[in-house]
Amino acid sequence: MRTLPRWILLPAGLGALLVVLPLAAMALRVEWSDFWALITSESSLAALRLSLQTSLTSAAACVLLGVPMALLLARTDGRGMSLVRSLVLIPLVLPPVVGGIALLYTFGRQGLLGRHLEVLGVQIAFSTTAVVLAQTFVALPFLVLSLEGALRTAGTRYERAAASLGARPSRVLTHVTLPLVLPALLSGTVLSFARALGEFGATITFAGSLQGTTRTLPLEIYLQRESDPEAAVALSFVLMLVAVAVIALAHRRRSA
Amino acid sequence: MSLVLRAAVAERHVELDLEVGHGETLALVGPNGAGKSTALSLISGDLRPSSGSVSLDGRILADEGTWVPPHDRRVTTLSQDPVLFPHLSALGNVVFPLRAQGVPRGDARRRALEHLDALGLAGLAARRPAQLSGGQAQRVAIARALAADPRLLLLDEPMAALDVDVAPALREQLRGFLAGRTAIVVTHDVLDALSLAERVVVLEQGRQVDAGPTTEVLARPRSAFAARLAGLNLVAGRWDGHRIELEGGGRLSAKSPLVPGTAVLAAFRPAAVRLAEQGLPRTVHSLTPHGDLVRVRTEDLAADLSPQDAAARHLAPGTVVHLAVAPEDVKTYLA
Amino acid sequence: MKTLLRSAAAAAAIALTAAACGSGGPAEDPAAAPVTLHVFAAASLQEPFEELGEQFESEHEGVTVEFSFAGSSTLVEQIQQGAPADVFASADTKNMDKLTDAGLDAADPVDFTTNTLRIAVPAGNPAGVTDLASLTGDLNLVVCAPEVPCGAATGTVEEAAGLEFAPVSEEQSVTDVLNKVTSGEADAGLVYVTDVEKAGDAVEGIDFPEAQEAVNTYPITTVDGAANPELGQEFVDLVTGEEGQEVLAGYGFGGA
Repeated sequence: MRTLPRWILLPAGLGALLVVLPLAAMALRVEWSDFWALITSESSLAALRLSLQTSLTSAAACVLLGVPMALLLARTDGRGMSLVRSLVLIPLVLPPVVGGIALLYTFGRQGLLGRHLEVLGVQIAFSTTAVVLAQTFVALPFLVLSLEGALRTAGTRYERAAASLGARPSRVLTHVTLPLVLPALLSGTVLSFARALGEFGATITFAGSLQGTTRTLPLEIYLQRESDPEAAVALSFVLMLVAVAVIALAHRRRSA
Repeated sequence: MSLVLRAAVAERHVELDLEVGHGETLALVGPNGAGKSTALSLISGDLRPSSGSVSLDGRILADEGTWVPPHDRRVTTLSQDPVLFPHLSALGNVVFPLRAQGVPRGDARRRALEHLDALGLAGLAARRPAQLSGGQAQRVAIARALAADPRLLLLDEPMAALDVDVAPALREQLRGFLAGRTAIVVTHDVLDALSLAERVVVLEQGRQVDAGPTTEVLARPRSAFAARLAGLNLVAGRWDGHRIELEGGGRLSAKSPLVPGTAVLAAFRPAAVRLAEQGLPRTVHSLTPHGDLVRVRTEDLAADLSPQDAAARHLAPGTVVHLAVAPEDVKTYLA
Repeated sequence: MKTLLRSAAAAAAIALTAAACGSGGPAEDPAAAPVTLHVFAAASLQEPFEELGEQFESEHEGVTVEFSFAGSSTLVEQIQQGAPADVFASADTKNMDKLTDAGLDAADPVDFTTNTLRIAVPAGNPAGVTDLASLTGDLNLVVCAPEVPCGAATGTVEEAAGLEFAPVSEEQSVTDVLNKVTSGEADAGLVYVTDVEKAGDAVEGIDFPEAQEAVNTYPITTVDGAANPELGQEFVDLVTGEEGQEVLAGYGFGGA
């Protein structure tokens, strides 16, 4: 602190205000007398339940697919790998609505894969599966990115030591590599869960919006703004509380 | 033979021909970049030979068509960095190789405790690596390597990172464990080579330049590195019956039963060197304290003089001196 | 540290106040030429209003008409929050009522056009839709959510026909419904006549008699406290006049 110039307090303070003030302003708008009724209405509960269910599924899918991806990216060198890495990280910088359009052209009825799935009687658009696909699409880079960084930092010396002690690659992975990056894996999972929970653009473009099936909390909030702004504010506040809890969890894991 | 390594790594300009017998410990010495790490990597499976083969107990580990992955080689490396798994206790670290071999949990735990106990570590079984001193961590690493029960143990400067007051005790323990085991120890330390290894191979620039029983190689070094390791001056020349005509010019009196006219090597201790009016002319390069003497280094020879002697002659870098050795202090042998 | 924080907070407050004053500056100076007329209009009015705006500009030297097209409820909210609107044209009476209830109308709102629902199907009508009743069959039906005006209208025709739809998605806006139909994800959607006209060859429209039960009325008014009340009224007159009605009819809108 002593080594920092005092003037940085001004921009730093302004930055903090920019983040905190709108959240506080929203919290002030919550109608506390109706709060409980608003967030426990049938549509709110359905949205909350669907959001939690799909976000947890997406986070699990991110772990299942993202851990092997991060391992390959961190442990393989090659000219192609940096290209693969850039491709994997695209959803991070892509507007989610673009992701939704891309998913539509892949899994939609007329889509690249959807066309063939349709023949088999499988329809993904307008289903909860579509929501999970959209959420996984946008959340996957968060897990891959944080895990790959941790794997690179951890290096390969423990893995080589384990192999030299006679451990097969699968055992090295489960007993050495993953335990070593467990904190990063947990915070990456929490981050991807949070990203899935907040997913809006790709979902509304690709999955549609139907109570209990595809209308997650962010979609419900956006819809409620049309007819019942108070309910929208109350639900936004709930989502904010979940976000704060998630960040606290991820942060504690990281510092632990 | 247990290990037979006849392989080359073209891009590193290394070409090796090593053999280690059953139950034998071989010391691999040489300057940095001589090919010691390459040799270990070829054996452990971190590196593929560009030609030749590596075999252990009759099983080909690597050649043109064969590649046995590191975990399947029964070769365990112990380096100066203990590389203990930080998320496991000392006991957990030693249990690890046993479980990897399929030893049941309870059995593995019991045997791991025995290994820890043998190294005097039973009281530290529950500690995390971060809670261990350097010497303790290295002993846990030894216990872990022994628990892996390798056919060949590779020791890569195992004492290099330890305090001088810890190293002797650990060296002694290691000596006990290596008895009857097949092992290769890479070292810069003459004590490691002498106390741990029966045989030594000297590498220079990717080739073997000297080999033999440790005491013999150290007593009659054939390479500059082995001579330095043994703390000896080494010169080469032709024996004329009374004196050695040195390769770089000059003569050195000696007593030797060798046939006149043969090419010889001669070794002598720096402490046997004195300053004389007539002798080998050399230029002083450096003066450093060496015990209660002063070590004077020249282009190729070293002399240990008393501080009074050095001061009286006003020795300094650049001073030209004449070095002489008593004939009975020069050991000669065939080149 | 405490004094540092306090000074930072004070500095931040000053900076925010300064920023607020800065944005308020130009609005207080309406005399400055050229004049800009701000028209806030429901998104469905985009094409006819842009045409009318050009006409208005050509008739008024030095006047620029600037449009904000969005959902009616969004626009009302923006006006309530102080957005500089001269004219507000809503896609339904409900949102206009919100404006008048807040006392923000400068003149009594005038109904200037209507819009009715029409069934939109992808080109070729793959699901063979013929009338409203056929929408209850086994097909992907997409409608507006009841919370938004087109959804309310959908509910009305549903009731009038004595039918019960099982849509795969209840979208946020009529545009979202139309997109699902044009992309072929939906077999049928309920949208406005004007939307079918706008979509061209990508969709086919199917009229149904029950649509007359849910005629959507568009009111327009000038906004209280506007910078250019006279100009605003002239624009309203243009829209409600013969010329305006002609242009609107050209885009499929009905008479008021």
